[in-house]
Amino acid sequence: MSDLKFSHKWVAQHIADLPRSGIRKFFDLVNTMDDVISLSIGEPDFVTPWNIREATIYALNRGITTYTSNLGDLKLRESICRYFSKKFGGKYSPETECIVTVGVSEGLDILLRAVLNEGDEVLYQEPCYVSYAPCISMTHAVPVAVETYEKNGFALDVADLEKKVSPKTKVLLLNYPNNPTGAGLTLEDKKRIAEFAIKHDLLVISDEIYEEINYRPHVRTIAALPGMRERTVVLNGFSKAFAMTGFRIAFAVGPRDIIDAMMKIHQYTMLCASSFIQKGAIEALERGGLSRAKMCKEYEQRRNVIVNRLNKMGLSTFTPSGAFYVFPNISSTGLSSEEFSMQLLQKKKVAVVPGTAFGACGEGYVRCSYATSLEEIKTAMVRIQEFLQELPAKSVKGGAV
Amino acid sequence: MNGKELKKNIMALLQCNARISNEEIAERLNSTADEVTAVIKKLEKTGVILGYSTIMRPDDDSDEVRAIIEVQVQPERDTGFDNVARKLAKFAEVRSVYLVSGHYDLRLEIVGHSLQEIAFFVASKLSSQKGVKSTATLFMLKKYKEAGIEFDKEEKNERLKVFP
Repeated sequence: MSDLKFSHKWVAQHIADLPRSGIRKFFDLVNTMDDVISLSIGEPDFVTPWNIREATIYALNRGITTYTSNLGDLKLRESICRYFSKKFGGKYSPETECIVTVGVSEGLDILLRAVLNEGDEVLYQEPCYVSYAPCISMTHAVPVAVETYEKNGFALDVADLEKKVSPKTKVLLLNYPNNPTGAGLTLEDKKRIAEFAIKHDLLVISDEIYEEINYRPHVRTIAALPGMRERTVVLNGFSKAFAMTGFRIAFAVGPRDIIDAMMKIHQYTMLCASSFIQKGAIEALERGGLSRAKMCKEYEQRRNVIVNRLNKMGLSTFTPSGAFYVFPNISSTGLSSEEFSMQLLQKKKVAVVPGTAFGACGEGYVRCSYATSLEEIKTAMVRIQEFLQELPAKSVKGGAV
Repeated sequence: MNGKELKKNIMALLQCNARISNEEIAERLNSTADEVTAVIKKLEKTGVILGYSTIMRPDDDSDEVRAIIEVQVQPERDTGFDNVARKLAKFAEVRSVYLVSGHYDLRLEIVGHSLQEIAFFVASKLSSQKGVKSTATLFMLKKYKEAGIEFDKEEKNERLKVFP
């Protein structure tokens, strides 16, 4: 104990101050249990399509084992910019406006460090991915959460943004389709948010990692709306669309000066992403469409099943338009998110993530990932139904699954 | 989802798994079991769906022998390859018949109980048909993939149980 106390004094204050995830205990418990059906996994259950793996292996066979340019293999950047403009409608120069990163996580980290000064404020939506607030804090800037609500389809409401904006606000961080809610933005939503960003002269960071897992026709990226190109950086990657999480490969596109600033940090801390992985990424963009579409269709059908069953058993569940998460409202059970998740795990061996892991306003919700086989999803749904029926007193209304 | 799209999705699901229940199809596609049943009935009636079959791993002591036969055909005026192809398709031993591009014309899949049986069939029944110029018999030795299904599954990689 005394050793711990002693070594603690070496830890930087702002890191010591980072909140430890409140659900750590829950995660640890899941990992000690057998036969758990996990709806808590934020990555595809598909293995990376073979042609992408094969292209990566071929790159190794050819001896592609050296560093690449700091910005990334130019062929990959060309491929990214071509793909991005065709699919999402923003045009970028592969030479100066695109950087290849080690996952969107690295992209977000170096982007925040590139643009934030101490005390700057960053508006970010909640519920959101767990790293946003800590990553902002690590730059000595101030994270300012803007809550989103089920009644608005978890889309950001400009009225709520207006309440939180201040003269110190510099950045607006968006993530649609959203982890954990699966919500997306319509073109109208994007236009309203763009207007807000322009009015307050904000830089927009748009984390579009789930953009390809979209059950509605694609609408233009917010970066492609009038007046937004010069104030938007888009982060996207290969992990979700092409089931390449373990490859750790992603990209950012945006204005030249910002990409250049990101490159400075990237060159000193990461140098470059793995060279042979970058060859696999080219294959994904050029010839991965068939596999991607097939996976997306399977996710969509699972979504239909899981949303339908959760609603039927009395847990009001918003129908997501993208990503592979549903965010059922469990407040009718009278349990908190953590109680619900913990009891469900202990009694029925189904693991879901408490909504509070994604921000305080996630209270009353849990996140279920449907990136797992339909068989498992169905079994999990039966167990959740049983769990609800066995709850004392405040049982929920609803029919059989 | 419009009718055309629903039909397309139903056919895709049945092609992956012909034993999928109509209820599951309905749930996957946000439709109803009645609607799905009606669509499938119509597909069967109009001859779009001709049958349902099973993909099986060959049994070690199975006495089944399969071969691909490449057939060169003298095409006929007006009907081309159709008459010969339809005639060959009538034999019970013939599992499939395709007209293909390349250095031969028809590609047949034959099933029999022994090499001799297939050899006899090719020599006496196929080659003697009017219009058949030549045949080449390729015996199948091992099956690795059929109807999109690989016979040797990859080892499953365990994911972390919880990941944000």
